[in-house]
Amino acid sequence: MNIQTLFFGHYRDFAPESLTLEVPPGTSVAEVAGRFAEKDSRFADLIKRTRVAVNGEFASPDCMLSEGDEVAFLPPMSGG
Amino acid sequence: MILLTDDILDPQQAVDAVMTNADGAYVLFVGVVRNHSRGRSVTGLEYQAYRPMAIRQIERIVESVKEKWNLRCSILHRLGHIIVGEASVVICVAGAHRAECFDACEWAIDTLKEEVPIWKKEFATDGTFWIEGEDAIVAQ
Repeated sequence: MNIQTLFFGHYRDFAPESLTLEVPPGTSVAEVAGRFAEKDSRFADLIKRTRVAVNGEFASPDCMLSEGDEVAFLPPMSGG
Repeated sequence: MILLTDDILDPQQAVDAVMTNADGAYVLFVGVVRNHSRGRSVTGLEYQAYRPMAIRQIERIVESVKEKWNLRCSILHRLGHIIVGEASVVICVAGAHRAECFDACEWAIDTLKEEVPIWKKEFATDGTFWIEGEDAIVAQ
């Protein structure tokens, strides 16, 4: 199945804003983060440093993904 | 009223959006870009947002102010590049009495900083940094 990932903050300096990934059904958000961490050590802290949103709502890293889901990795926010 | 915009913010717009003749007060908070941060000399900021989620989260703040205090609230947030002295965020809460307006406005800005997916990049004289909570990370 295909999912879409979104990165923000300093991760945007080395990750595309939006990326479509093919993952097996039943993949969790944490497993998606793990894939990035395997490929590039700059993502090693991804799941520890970010809050996760699935389809624009805060979600747990254990959240199981479905076809077409949008997964956003949200570093500590700094609006205001 | 809710606004995320690349244009200069007009605080009066936030006031006009919530004030009625039944109100005895409004509290207006305006966050402004300052020229220093963590010992650095700052020249400007650039705000980035996860826009659809940011709008939804700001809507929730406005709804919560209505539910908790029964007050009207408007929130404007600037995105893109902003120079020192310009407003980055405007929050206005209007109601019959000042105390509840102060409380609600403070809660709204505190919650915005924690729950709304917006990030700033700080342009300083010694480099450019992503601000992520307490961390300042050198931008590439």
